[in-house]
Amino acid sequence: MANVPSDLKYTKTHEWVRVSGDVATVGITDHAQHELTDVVFVELPDLGRQIKAGDSCAVVESVKTANDIYSPVSGRVTEVNQTIVANPALVNTEPYGGGWFYRLQLSQPAELSALLGPEQYQSQIGGV
Amino acid sequence: MKRTPLYAAHQKLGGKLIEFGGWEMPVQYTSITDEHLAVRQAAGLFDISHMGEVLVNGTGAEAFLNQTLTNDVRRLVPGQGQYTLMCNVRGGVLDDLYAYRLADQEYLLIINASRIEVDVAWLEKQLAAFSQRSDVNLRNASDTTGAVAVQGPRVIEFIDRCFPGPSTGGTGVNRVTDLKKNQIARFSYAGNAVWVSRTGYTGEDGFEVVAPSDRIETIWDELLLAGRPHGLKPAGLGARDTLRTEVCYPLYGHELDEETTPIEAGVGFFVALDKGEFNGRAVLAEQKAKGAAKKLVAFKMTGHSAPPRPHYGIWSAGPDAAKLGEVVSGTQSPSLGIGIGMGYVPAEFAKVNTPVEIEIRGKRAPAILVPKPIYRKPD
Repeated sequence: MANVPSDLKYTKTHEWVRVSGDVATVGITDHAQHELTDVVFVELPDLGRQIKAGDSCAVVESVKTANDIYSPVSGRVTEVNQTIVANPALVNTEPYGGGWFYRLQLSQPAELSALLGPEQYQSQIGGV
Repeated sequence: MKRTPLYAAHQKLGGKLIEFGGWEMPVQYTSITDEHLAVRQAAGLFDISHMGEVLVNGTGAEAFLNQTLTNDVRRLVPGQGQYTLMCNVRGGVLDDLYAYRLADQEYLLIINASRIEVDVAWLEKQLAAFSQRSDVNLRNASDTTGAVAVQGPRVIEFIDRCFPGPSTGGTGVNRVTDLKKNQIARFSYAGNAVWVSRTGYTGEDGFEVVAPSDRIETIWDELLLAGRPHGLKPAGLGARDTLRTEVCYPLYGHELDEETTPIEAGVGFFVALDKGEFNGRAVLAEQKAKGAAKKLVAFKMTGHSAPPRPHYGIWSAGPDAAKLGEVVSGTQSPSLGIGIGMGYVPAEFAKVNTPVEIEIRGKRAPAILVPKPIYRKPD
């Protein structure tokens, strides 16, 4: 059963967001990494890039497929996780920890209220 | 979508099912990398029941097959198989297959799942035009036949227990592991005849088992039970694809299609030009003599990059870079930990050690042409 932490917000496309002040950290969910299996490559957005919610801004590749990552929220990229570029398997082993993708300075904090809560996301992926 | 007789077994094992050539098949059970490495290091069990089986019998079978296929079936003694291709008159590949001589006038063709209808229609049309057609019996047994492949260096540790000898047809052997590469033998299995060959699609030692559909689940379960203590894992189409790509075995629809010849695909060794007339011979003889305009090459990525994928562009390197062709198979290699692939380029570029670039999402990443196979088993 996929892990869905209660303190995060989610998207229908299986990204998660952790908010701290006006900074949002983005990654992919445990369910997503489990579906992908064997993450072998990650491409991250450029630092400083202005991203709009819904933009395709990163790529995660398994042995079999390449998948776009869509930003859950808008903002300017302030940090990217180079550790997963060197060690993509972290996305599988620590999807909510060391496997984070990038951080944004939120430009439209109101967008957060449109994201899924943990219960909504859990029911979308077929949990209880 | 069609299902194999092992559909329930895949569900029970938690296999992730996908569509492949009109069939609902497991792409993986745990992970492609896990299953791939199990086959390279120990053993893997694949459902290949989706593949087609065609039986060709009779006094005219040998002559008929030699007109229809590129390799020379006269080289086969009973109990032996060969890789071969079926071409149209332009030399384009209709399918690649294995032809086994089960007995003097009895042949078994193992054809690709996605090509069963095309192949059978073509064979029937060829037979209708064949002078000795009354001496040939052609039967498509695909719907009543299942098959599994059990592959990897440790298979020899347990397979003999599953199919006790001696053999009752094909190559005469006391046990399965006495078979040599490309040999096939019939064994009695709980009262049913099953055929076991020492062949595969992974670049590892291994066997393929062809049996009546209603026996295949019992065989699957028994192999799993016997093999688990030896590291055997069920393996899906994902690992089957990465394994065959590492050793550069062609996959129909990727390396091969009706517009591509065996010479261009680098499998000219399996075209017996000296055997007399056969479909595509004129074109293939000319290409073999003069050289083909395009050639299948293998490459490895040389820097940190995303894995290459089918349809990505292949470019020449350097200041006057031009697009040379497209990737036909590409993946991250679980054995090597780098991106690998194959693709077609003009013959003048098809030289080992040529630097090239692969276009990945609009950016070009460096690669180098390498000898086939890309992966070679360490001695």
